[in-house]
Amino acid sequence: MKNRDQALSRRDFVRSASLSGLTLMLGVSVPGLGKSTSEIINISSADDQGTELIPWISISQSGQVTLLNHRSEMGQGTFQAIPQILAEELEVNLDQVVVLSAPANQRKYGPQPTEGSFSVRGWYKQLLQVGATARQMLIEAAGNQWNVPVSECLADNGQVIHRPTGRKLGYGALVEVAARQTPPQNVPLKKRREYKLIGKSLPRKDIPLKTNGSAVFGLDKKVPGMLYAVVERNPRFRGKVKRFDDSKTKAVPGVKKVLVVKRAVFGNLYEGVAVVATSLWAAMQGRKVLKVEWNDDGFEHLDSEQLSAQMRANLKKPAPSAPLETALRNAAKQLEAVYETPYQSHSCMEPLNCIAHVQENRIEIWGPIQEAVWIQNDLSERFGVPKENIMVNMTFLGGGFGRKGFTDYPYEAALISQAVKAPVQVVWTREDDMSGGPFRTGAFYSCKGGIDEKGNITAFQTVTAAQWFWQEWRPEPFPDPEPLKENHGNVDGLLSPYLKAIPQYSFGGVATRAPIPVMWWRSVYASTGGFASESFIDELAHAAAKDPLEFRRNHLPDARYQAFIDRLEAVSQWKSRGKNAGWGVAITESFGSICAHVVSVSRKTDGKLKIDKVIALMDCGWYVNPDIIRAQVEGSIIMGLGAAILHATTFKDGKAVEQNFNTYPMPRITDSPEIDVHIMDNDENPGGVGEPGLPPFAPALCNAIFDLTGKRMRTLPFKLDDL
Amino acid sequence: MPTYTLSINGKKHTVEADAQMPLLWVIRDLVGLTGTKYGCGISQCGACTVHFNGAPIRSCSFPVSAATGQPITTIEGISKDNSHPVQKAWIAEQVPQCGYCQSGQIMSAVALLKTNPHPTDAEIDAAMQGNICRCGTYPRIRKAIKSAAGATGLK
Repeated sequence: MKNRDQALSRRDFVRSASLSGLTLMLGVSVPGLGKSTSEIINISSADDQGTELIPWISISQSGQVTLLNHRSEMGQGTFQAIPQILAEELEVNLDQVVVLSAPANQRKYGPQPTEGSFSVRGWYKQLLQVGATARQMLIEAAGNQWNVPVSECLADNGQVIHRPTGRKLGYGALVEVAARQTPPQNVPLKKRREYKLIGKSLPRKDIPLKTNGSAVFGLDKKVPGMLYAVVERNPRFRGKVKRFDDSKTKAVPGVKKVLVVKRAVFGNLYEGVAVVATSLWAAMQGRKVLKVEWNDDGFEHLDSEQLSAQMRANLKKPAPSAPLETALRNAAKQLEAVYETPYQSHSCMEPLNCIAHVQENRIEIWGPIQEAVWIQNDLSERFGVPKENIMVNMTFLGGGFGRKGFTDYPYEAALISQAVKAPVQVVWTREDDMSGGPFRTGAFYSCKGGIDEKGNITAFQTVTAAQWFWQEWRPEPFPDPEPLKENHGNVDGLLSPYLKAIPQYSFGGVATRAPIPVMWWRSVYASTGGFASESFIDELAHAAAKDPLEFRRNHLPDARYQAFIDRLEAVSQWKSRGKNAGWGVAITESFGSICAHVVSVSRKTDGKLKIDKVIALMDCGWYVNPDIIRAQVEGSIIMGLGAAILHATTFKDGKAVEQNFNTYPMPRITDSPEIDVHIMDNDENPGGVGEPGLPPFAPALCNAIFDLTGKRMRTLPFKLDDL
Repeated sequence: MPTYTLSINGKKHTVEADAQMPLLWVIRDLVGLTGTKYGCGISQCGACTVHFNGAPIRSCSFPVSAATGQPITTIEGISKDNSHPVQKAWIAEQVPQCGYCQSGQIMSAVALLKTNPHPTDAEIDAAMQGNICRCGTYPRIRKAIKSAAGATGLK
């Protein structure tokens, strides 16, 4: 393995010059790429990946093709989609390939943040080019060997064929020669109509590992000599450890060490006390008898009511824009509404965990990780270890939703490993995970609108009050929050063509000041902003006495959106609905995609409201695997349903109240409505898939409830049974 | 520490453990079968579901001292090669996303179909409502159970 890496690094160095179009800087051997990676995902054949032809693609002499997924697999499907793109241009059948998870390596794979629904839309061009370049190298190797013009050769199904004679050579026989070539530049890509794999619902290669218990998640990973740790963290987040009594803890068999640890949450260091033991069970028992006293001086012990009051007051702060005020005054009808959304925890099914092994000038990390390269950079800075000596290995993630796209939990694990001089797995209990933050911020929106006699929107204003996570980078003491500039950041979810149709609009906001840690949560501010804007558009439509879908159509001067509305009307049979039959629609735009939900609700014989059906339409442009898109939209609807009507994180005395699923109820199969997902076919650039399916749900549901009952729901979450 | 002999997937395992140690941690950390997952520790999510004498239990809240004397089946005991009709249906319907809860989902589904080979929608809901899936794969779980129920070879 070592010899191969050394040999490769020379070749890679040569190659870096010719692949400049891919913005790849090659030339680094990848320790840990072999055996440890194969253990992570349990594919034994991974021990021999053969020769690396180009980053992402290795081929053995027997013809076994190994493709790397350089993104996290947290359910959203990169483990299938990334190889499906590579295999298309490489001309191999996915049944023949082995897929492995790539470790963090920015010089080889570029930055690897798996967030922002970016894996396909951000990387498809590069991945297509990587596949095509590798294919061309194999074709040229065959042409040279046969001494025939390359133009007479083509690649198909893992082999190169000389068309005039029908001679064939498998990729395995060509790879050694091919890998010695300088990669050609600007290899032409296939046309979309020539695709054999892209655009098809090929079965996911990770699924068979997930139906027999063999997929290795972070919590399943074992490292020789590994110790286990659990951490009692300050439930008020930013306070410090005053003192702790570990006399009983140390008496628990298996407990090795008790120590104060920190985790960095944006600009702040949070403290806790770690119990390290030879088994997870022993660490958990030791923690039960640990006594910690906290010093929370200087921090407000906020309750949710105070946070809400602050947000409501902040909504009144921004100075109105003069032209907008005039437009509102001159409107035939004016409307005003406030929408309130709560804090949420991510609550991945796999609670946070991480293994760290800190040694002299070397760190290795294994775990469910969305931010491999950021973690590498963060640890390099904090521990003074060169990046190339920091191996970050991604296991499968039992959910991510943004929470695992952060550096706090690996840093904490690394501190503990450094202190005990052994590999340590830090395990967060469900309670730790759900109440430890960072959370999705609560966000309140004040909307004002005006419509003219014809039913057109003449003025539209949204003011947001929320915690902005980018302000969390600032250290103590709390700064005065900066007001958001107009039209900046807080219009997530809103359909962009509205801005062409509405003559006067304004978007402002005021940051809420709180010692509650906040961060991104699946679909980020679109999950709250989309609720406000699409609820308010619906309110404006009703004020204008227009059909809600027709009203939207009239305000979307854009061919793509017009086609989208036409299709939505058809697939939902919108016009067939009865008057006040309980139908609602909402359309949001986020992460480069447009998604609509049509929700229908009805009152059952027991008097209770029920969500009967959700019809979804997704326009994510050029796409790879429609079944993965459908699965993501289905899942987004159910996650959105939880946030709309089932759960919220609240705070009392500065601490998160909800700590487990008994008080933070999750959607269950009994809550799951019938879902029907449709996908637009067009040639637009690819958009995101993992997140854009979530924001339309809450407004579509509330619009449906209004249609049925006349009651406008402006505060989430609410209980369906209360209606 | 007391010792316990457990029968897991047809194999005897003798472990040394606290009497109160939940079966979940015994299975995962002492026996080394990691297909069974920790999700909540309080019988709320079903990720830790295994069969005890054929019936589904939440192993996170089931002390090892009560787990002797009857056969225990984990996801690894359903089949390693995905040959069980429920596993086949799960693959055919492309149910899992992140997959973390799916061992528990499959264990609940296998137990349901064993006692009720042709469940109605309401019976599926009743049997599966103890298993949380944060990815929201419920519509596909329903379909997979129905297709497994229609498959031959299910006992």
